Amino acid sequence: MTTDVFAETVVLSKRSLRHVLRSPDTIVTTALTPIAMLLLFVYVLGGAIHVGGGKYVDYLLPGVLLITIASGIAYTALRLFTDVSGGIFERFQSMPIARSAILWGHVATSVVANLVSVAVVVAVAVAMGFRSGAGVLAWLAVAGILVLVTLALTWLAVIPGLAAKSADGVSGFSYPLVFLPFISSAFVPTGGMPGPVRWFARHQPVTSIVDTIRNLLAAHPVGHDGWIAVAWCVGLLAVAYVLAMRTYRRKLA
Amino acid sequence: MTRTPAIEVVGLTKSFGDHQVLGGVDLRVPSGTIFALLGSNGAGKTTVVRILSTLLRADGGTAAVNGYDVATQPAKVRSSISLTGQFAAVDEVLTGRENLVLVAQLRHLTGPGGIADDLMERFELTDAGGRKVATYSGGMRRRLDIAMSLIGDPPVLFLDEPTTGLDPQSRLEVWATVQELAGGGTTVLLTTQYLDEAEQLAERIAILHEGRIIAEGTLAELKALFPPAKVEYVEKQPTLEEIFLSVVGHNGSDKVGTGR
Repeated sequence: MTTDVFAETVVLSKRSLRHVLRSPDTIVTTALTPIAMLLLFVYVLGGAIHVGGGKYVDYLLPGVLLITIASGIAYTALRLFTDVSGGIFERFQSMPIARSAILWGHVATSVVANLVSVAVVVAVAVAMGFRSGAGVLAWLAVAGILVLVTLALTWLAVIPGLAAKSADGVSGFSYPLVFLPFISSAFVPTGGMPGPVRWFARHQPVTSIVDTIRNLLAAHPVGHDGWIAVAWCVGLLAVAYVLAMRTYRRKLA
Repeated sequence: MTRTPAIEVVGLTKSFGDHQVLGGVDLRVPSGTIFALLGSNGAGKTTVVRILSTLLRADGGTAAVNGYDVATQPAKVRSSISLTGQFAAVDEVLTGRENLVLVAQLRHLTGPGGIADDLMERFELTDAGGRKVATYSGGMRRRLDIAMSLIGDPPVLFLDEPTTGLDPQSRLEVWATVQELAGGGTTVLLTTQYLDEAEQLAERIAILHEGRIIAEGTLAELKALFPPAKVEYVEKQPTLEEIFLSVVGHNGSDKVGTGR
């Protein structure tokens, strides 16, 4: 039975990966937008931003990677919504396959597609002068955190994907997620922000996640930021998963 | 009839909030028949189909498909059925062939490519097989939809309003497809709001009105409910449908028209 779930998830993931590859819009938004942002911040605004020692592209990259993922999962929600609003979702649900495989197919696609986007953005950053002294373990830790972020945001995206009434409603939910890194340490150090903004920026999840990735890539000690980042991701993942599964079951009421 | 009926529904009720959609539906569909559930929009046809295909839970009553209870043995029910919903349940981004292969793979069948090729030939989709479904006409989409439902030979097939929104030619194509299924021993539960569709396709017809079955039987039995026919002489005028089909030069009508 478990091998069936796995095989069905693989079949459904391949299906939705085809959707990604056949949608130029998805590829443009999820890879080119973050690249444009890198170019804009590094070559236009970066000269006026002081981040202490080091190159600005090194400072900026972790935040842009989070934005890449945040805009990527919007398409996961959209693909799920398209399935639900057309008839194919009901076809799958009335077939003798594991119902969890229907969601896991979308989740697996989201992880694969986002990791590819992230890899492309990192490659562009390298071409722009990004360098890291991180070892294999640190890179694995970075990959692990990014997968955790993707999983958490994907399960969050499943909720509007299942529950939304219109396509606009689906894409609307991701705007705050794309915007959140701007009020964090992703683009500029939080030290220069006015009191309440600084307090928010320092205590929201993006800052601890970005700082952790930045320190890992710079081969600096991570400190307890790392645990805070992981706790945020795991906590968000758990809450989003429970809410998504509840939404999923409610569709059968 | 000694065989278990393909579908047996007793006292089925369902409400959405304060609105009662099904007020105690009783239904018995013999195995291997084409059975039409006839009713106007909002009569509860789709709700019945959704409950029978385990997409929706009933509030009360029992329903069994192929001998399995929909509430307690949903996995067994899903192994016995295929659902062709009100909106063509096809993947627009994939090609027709990829859609068929997808379903065959999900049903863990061996040789999904061969299964897809056979069905495309049978449903006259071979030429369009490599095209994205987004480019298909309504009738082609429906044919693909029904072809996808036949993969794995499920004994019970639900067709929820299979011709709603189709042009007359596509409707005749779908009718011809459904009539072909009848010979194969598949039980088909068809919902429709079109009287002529039920008359053309179904061996037995149940009329669902305001959440209850108000009449059920063969067409002859239903006709017997009315006062005996009296003989009148009326000049035979062609219907607009006949005119339309003869003007556009469609020959599918004799395929369907001679059915009964």
